[in-house]
Amino acid sequence: MQTIDMAESGLRELNSTLQAQAEQTNQTDWEIVNTRGSHAVAVGLDAPIDVTIRGSTGYYCAGMNKQATVRVKGSAGPGVAENMMSGTVIIDGDASQYAGATGHGGLLVIKGNASSRCGISMKGIDIVVHGNIGHMSAFMAQSGNLVVLGDAGDALGDSLYEARLFVRGSVKSLGADCEEKEMRPEHLEILRDLLERSGADASPEEFKRYGSARKLYNFNIDNASAY
Amino acid sequence: MCGIVGLFLKDRSLEPELGRLLTDMLVTMSDRGPDSAGIAIYGAEQDGKSKLTVQSGDPDVDFAGLDAELSKVLGEDVTLRRKDTHAVLEMPVGATEKVRAFLASSHPNIRIMSAGDIIEIYKEVGLPKDVAERFALSSMSGSHGIGHTRMATESAVTTMGAHPFSTGSDQCLVHNGSLSNHNSLRRKLRREGMAFETENDSEVAAAYLTYKMREGSNLGDAMKSGLDDLDGFFTFVVGTKDGFGVVRDPIACKPAVMAETDQYVAFGSEYRALVNLPDIESARVWEPEPATVYFWEH
Repeated sequence: MQTIDMAESGLRELNSTLQAQAEQTNQTDWEIVNTRGSHAVAVGLDAPIDVTIRGSTGYYCAGMNKQATVRVKGSAGPGVAENMMSGTVIIDGDASQYAGATGHGGLLVIKGNASSRCGISMKGIDIVVHGNIGHMSAFMAQSGNLVVLGDAGDALGDSLYEARLFVRGSVKSLGADCEEKEMRPEHLEILRDLLERSGADASPEEFKRYGSARKLYNFNIDNASAY
Repeated sequence: MCGIVGLFLKDRSLEPELGRLLTDMLVTMSDRGPDSAGIAIYGAEQDGKSKLTVQSGDPDVDFAGLDAELSKVLGEDVTLRRKDTHAVLEMPVGATEKVRAFLASSHPNIRIMSAGDIIEIYKEVGLPKDVAERFALSSMSGSHGIGHTRMATESAVTTMGAHPFSTGSDQCLVHNGSLSNHNSLRRKLRREGMAFETENDSEVAAAYLTYKMREGSNLGDAMKSGLDDLDGFFTFVVGTKDGFGVVRDPIACKPAVMAETDQYVAFGSEYRALVNLPDIESARVWEPEPATVYFWEH
């Protein structure tokens, strides 16, 4: 295990060290201490390494992640795992706004709550939130899966494309063009796999599925007079 | 972008540490607001005394002999304690309005930062660290305080455009965000007799809350009605003589983190601002909900 103390080395040094790890590196286990809410910790990684951050982080932790597993033993500020491509990011505490925004792939697990705009414009990432999520989550979400064990805030899935949303608790309100959908066996299978991989103690049958009503995909000629 | 910090002490034994803790939080928020910085501190009440915090661009001239002059005008003792470009004038309770009127007519270069029984506001243009040093903020004690680092969007980078804004006795407000209906609201509030020193949007929010409280609302109710009447982006932290409040607009894109222990309630724009607080590891840390009023009173 390699340990980087942010009280001694700066952010640039930390990130360039982690980014320099090659695909076949022998140094696969990393620990970062004294983050004290710093921004952009462990961003742009591209190797199958396992990074444990002991403490809470500020903006954009684990952004643009590829291949790596990043664990935050605390809470994460806005934009955690933003634009993640692959790999796994696990937050033990809460996550602030726009967690997993625009993510293309990989798995983001938030063991506490996520606040507003979770998974906004997600493009293939899987996000599992053990607690609740805030308003405007999965806004314009294109693909991937958002799983919420708790409740969802206002305007869930507004202007949604083809992402799948699974919520176990209540949904305060659905956004424009988002509707409850039938839970078919293939959805239960996807959900079972995600719950298992994210260490969630829940059964897929307890969830409801929400998706796009697909009414915003094409221009409705009856609305022409409004323009 | 701006930075906000706030600390409301529940444990009185921490009061001598208030300035030090709050200054550390403020300086941490420098890169959110390097234009100017300010702090409101609520200190100990002195029986029968009120105070004005005043500021001058030429303090050597403007503050010289001011205490003697004001004592003569009032016929009662006024003391002056200078701190850099600011001075705290202490006077008998009830005299602040008379002194304020006299200063406005006879000393137009002297600006009023705050008025009340316990509040003192210090704010200037410059890096937060420099502002804090000029006023020796870290040596101050008190029961609660609010600080702000400013990156200006809505009005000029001047002393008067810096936060906190104080529009009522022992009241202050700091703001991260921008309001879109401040001009019409300012006109309405002027008709209700509220006075404004700047063209700044945040001052309108402060005056709005002062107006609501003047009409009988408590701090919590005033902030709640602000959610309907103030249009725009905001995270506000508000102080009164014995209260401390936080409210965010319904969209809540301006960041906010709070922490609470048996000893204190703390606010920071980012978690970074809170990391040096006592026992922060065991504090309850959360992000305040949108369109939800939080307030604490002593």
